[in-house]
Amino acid sequence: MMIPTSEAPAGAAEQLQNIGEATGVFNLTWLMIALPLFGALVLLCGGKRTDSWGHILGCLTVLGSFLIGAIQFLTLLGKDADERAYNQHLYDWLDSGNLQLGVGFQVDQLSICFVLLITFVGFLIHLYSVEYMAHDLRRRRFFGYLNLFISAMLLLVLADSYLLLFVGWEGVGLASYLLIGFWQHVPDYATAAKKAFVMNRVGDIGLLVAMFFMFDQFGSLAFDEVFEAVPGASDGWVTAIGLMLLLGAVGKSAQFPLQAWLLDAMAGPTPVSALIHAATMVTAGVYLIVRSAPIYNLSDTAQLVVAIVGAITLVIGALIGTAKDDIKKALAASTMSQIGYMVLAAGLGPAGYAFAIFHLLTHGFFKAGLFLSAGSVMHGMHDDTDMRRYGALRAAMPITYACFGLGFLAIIGIPPFAGFWSKDKIIEAAFNDNIALGLCALIGAGITAFYMSRVMIMTFFSDKRWDSGVHPHESPKLMTLPLIVLAGGAVLGGGLLINDGIVTWLEPVVGHEEAHHRMPVWALTALTLFVIVVGVAAALKMYQFSPVARTQPQGGVLVHAARHDLYQDTVNEAVLMRPGQWATRFLVWLDHRGLDNLVNGLAALLGGTAGRLRRVQAGFVRSYALTMFGGAALTVLAVLVVRL
Amino acid sequence: MEDFPFMTVAMCVPLAGAALAGLTQRSQAELARRIALVASLVTLGVVLLAATEFNSDNGSTYQLVENHNWISSFGVSYALGVDGIGYVMVLLTAVLMPIILLASWRDLDEGEHAQTGPGGGTTQLYVSMMLVLEAMSIGQFAALDVFLFYVLFEAMLIPMYILIGRFGGPQRQYAAVKFLLYNLLGGLLMLVAVVWINFAGPGGEKAYYLPNLVQYDFGTDTARWLFLGFFVAFAIKAPLWPFHTWLPDAMAEATPSNGVLLSGILDKVGVFGMLHLCLPLFPEAARHFAPAIVVLALISILYGAMVAIGQTDLKRLIAYASVSHFGFIVLGIFVMTSQGQSGATLYMVNHGFATAGLLLIAGFMMSRRGSRLISSYGGVQKVAPVLAGSFLFAGLANLSLPGLSPFISEFMVLIGTFTRYPIAGYFAVAGVLLAALYVLIAYQRTMTGELTEGNEDTPDLKTRELLVVTPVIAVILALGFFPKPLLDVIDPAVERTLTQVERTDPRPEHPVQVAAEEKK
Repeated sequence: MMIPTSEAPAGAAEQLQNIGEATGVFNLTWLMIALPLFGALVLLCGGKRTDSWGHILGCLTVLGSFLIGAIQFLTLLGKDADERAYNQHLYDWLDSGNLQLGVGFQVDQLSICFVLLITFVGFLIHLYSVEYMAHDLRRRRFFGYLNLFISAMLLLVLADSYLLLFVGWEGVGLASYLLIGFWQHVPDYATAAKKAFVMNRVGDIGLLVAMFFMFDQFGSLAFDEVFEAVPGASDGWVTAIGLMLLLGAVGKSAQFPLQAWLLDAMAGPTPVSALIHAATMVTAGVYLIVRSAPIYNLSDTAQLVVAIVGAITLVIGALIGTAKDDIKKALAASTMSQIGYMVLAAGLGPAGYAFAIFHLLTHGFFKAGLFLSAGSVMHGMHDDTDMRRYGALRAAMPITYACFGLGFLAIIGIPPFAGFWSKDKIIEAAFNDNIALGLCALIGAGITAFYMSRVMIMTFFSDKRWDSGVHPHESPKLMTLPLIVLAGGAVLGGGLLINDGIVTWLEPVVGHEEAHHRMPVWALTALTLFVIVVGVAAALKMYQFSPVARTQPQGGVLVHAARHDLYQDTVNEAVLMRPGQWATRFLVWLDHRGLDNLVNGLAALLGGTAGRLRRVQAGFVRSYALTMFGGAALTVLAVLVVRL
Repeated sequence: MEDFPFMTVAMCVPLAGAALAGLTQRSQAELARRIALVASLVTLGVVLLAATEFNSDNGSTYQLVENHNWISSFGVSYALGVDGIGYVMVLLTAVLMPIILLASWRDLDEGEHAQTGPGGGTTQLYVSMMLVLEAMSIGQFAALDVFLFYVLFEAMLIPMYILIGRFGGPQRQYAAVKFLLYNLLGGLLMLVAVVWINFAGPGGEKAYYLPNLVQYDFGTDTARWLFLGFFVAFAIKAPLWPFHTWLPDAMAEATPSNGVLLSGILDKVGVFGMLHLCLPLFPEAARHFAPAIVVLALISILYGAMVAIGQTDLKRLIAYASVSHFGFIVLGIFVMTSQGQSGATLYMVNHGFATAGLLLIAGFMMSRRGSRLISSYGGVQKVAPVLAGSFLFAGLANLSLPGLSPFISEFMVLIGTFTRYPIAGYFAVAGVLLAALYVLIAYQRTMTGELTEGNEDTPDLKTRELLVVTPVIAVILALGFFPKPLLDVIDPAVERTLTQVERTDPRPEHPVQVAAEEKK
């Protein structure tokens, strides 16, 4: 890091805020998680009886969790800044030697942000799905999985220890697996689901190893105890723990080099892409890093690696986004890129944590809105996702157009929409920290403006390129209502920054540090806006003022690379998958061969041993052993004779 | 009730059940099955009743002890008793047995094990042998006399041999003989060690009484040889790489319920023996060989999982998965840390249920189609969603999904490994990834995709099958979230074992909780 952050280590331990015993509404934290879990159980085990009302129950449980979360939030607002963390200990979970761990939940300024995002956006997406999945025979099961997801995601952000967080972490992974493969009769979708789970497991190993390190060094896995003990550990251990946690985050948040699963994950129904693969689950990695702030604050190396991973991902995600013709995959590439921004911010330490969460929240709204709008477009286009067969849809679906448009303005960062505020802060913080990181973030903003304008133009502007027989139409109210609410978030989300609101709010948990300014803020903002305008202009020239081909043009080497996700699958297959398959095949062959030989060898050995024993008559012991072996042999013989 | 011989009764009830079932007419198959089920349920009742007399706070000492002279001239006694570990294993046996019997209800009527021609045994023989095995398993887990342990160890081979050889699939004779040869070889080595103990040990009327032997110094070399004698026998039984090759054949040929009996209960005798005999009797030798055994365990974990990935036969896949899981158990025992050994003991229980779930549900599917090949299935989820859903659940348990019971034990084994041998921990943790592959590949190929030919009419789970699946799922969930009751029983016995092998947890050096307690 170019700017010394030497203050952080000294102050890190003192930054930890006191956590009070849960009282009043904070005693209901468990219920927040239990409600959707109950919904999932009823819907998944209830069978066909629940078909008629299952989706209603699914929505209500999430609404219930939201209400509890909202009341908790309001209660926290009414308290002093240093009395906003509460812990609810439920019961003792593990106890063995020095490993003692309870099941408990922690509500504080950070987790309540996530609770509100998850339950509110989650509720909207549940509502939307009622209509979107109306014609699917397995809608009840869909809601069961969605409820399971909400429950696991809440567990993830409310857990008070790394191990309990891991339960939620894998729970959301399972829900993601089930929902990506929801239409599992399509073989490709089932493969995509498996790929997502397995690649996530690679990251999970990182998280597991991080826990092993923590236990080894600190003797605990509970947040408060670990954070209290971190300053006592050596730099090497802190860095190692930070890097292993990052590996976990990289898997879950589809960051480089474990990003390949996210684009395939678009196989799931669109509400799933909006909820799990845009607004919430994929941001869990950012949560993990920000939650572990006391660890990262003590390791410049780990922070730098986090920031670099974020910068790389935000650029490659954006590049991939420029070449995708499938509207969902373009948005997925964009998600990857936007999370890259958050990870980058999280890697900047106390100067960036709050902005990472700020961008996470605004992104949750506008990206969910964009995905649901895309779903609405698909709904009107016979489930076609190819933008080359869209065009000029603004008249046919005005509400969808308006909502997508607002989300679009937010994500490319046009003031005063939400994304402008959150992304601008990250670019600023990155520049202050390191020119190279800042440039990545700046260039990323330009590419984002380009590819999102491309999506916007190809879908809603340019010329009609619809297939014959397609009659685009606006979606029903139950689908457009969530769109409108989410668009509202895209417009107003920047308000969280008024009076440094979110920064002050999060400060007791993650700390905050005013950065040293490398260049005037207004100049940087102007530069960013200029880059964005260039991106939009390029897209206008290429797609609005030139005709868009209905079939994919040839494209150059770069376009080809971007279409193929920068060859990430090719690399994975060549380096990991194929050698793995060869190894597996070789071992199967070896086991089979070895098996026969061993049996033969065994028979020879048995004969030999017996012969030798018979010859040695000396010791008492040996003859006794021989007698007993004779008995055993007789038994065998008897069994063999008694006809197999 | 203090002196009530719970363990003897727990052995006698299934034996009596076996005799009664054996006495029924050949045509009264249904009656024989019912007798067997009732006997296993009564056994469960006895074992649960024994819990009221078992003081878990004092789980480090042997309780419910019965001690009678048997062959005094040779120092053999009939001694039974359990510590926390032993009781948990007896409980596992008693809980699993009714489930296994219920799952085996139609084994001989349908599917590839339907017995028609000569060579097929009767239902009476089938259920009797299973009950005899239950009795012997309980005896093994409760044996406090090393000789008695050995006798049961060998005697157990015969009913299992009959079950595989009489009721197995097309290759049953080959599999049965292989099972017998491997295990006899192990038994032979153990026999040598057992006889040797009589002469190298303290001798007397109670020469084989475990508590008498624990403190005994055999001398370094002798102890090491004795250790190897026992260990190899247990490693074959467990089974540990490279002694594992009999298990895939045996499990593939045995009926699914017998497969569960084999890997869920009988094989546990191997790992239990390591913990129950090898460590307390030969502490120095155990420490001496521990690094080598840890390496074998690591190979088992990775090798078993990788070979499982490459299997085309669903039952063999599950068998190799078991090899991998047994690797974890052995690893946990020989890293000699509290978390490792408590985790390993818990793992024995959790593996019993997770494997039972996977193999029995796979068995239900196989009985519908009569094929063990993964390629015979495809898209089953579409016609039998409950079957597919429970198969996935059991699969997720096998890949140790957090929230399900096997995760807790695997996590404890891994964390216990890390504090002692970090490098071994890195290797073992890769098993986490491989398990995801073999489970999800199997699920994807059998259950998802287009419905393939021959599976169109697959009926979903029936009531009896649901009765089998439900308790398994319930136990897996309950122990995932509330493992502490079992850990409370296991922990004291593990702490005692660690004291016996003179090992203490190397790290954490400054556990936070301890510091906090000191403050109070």
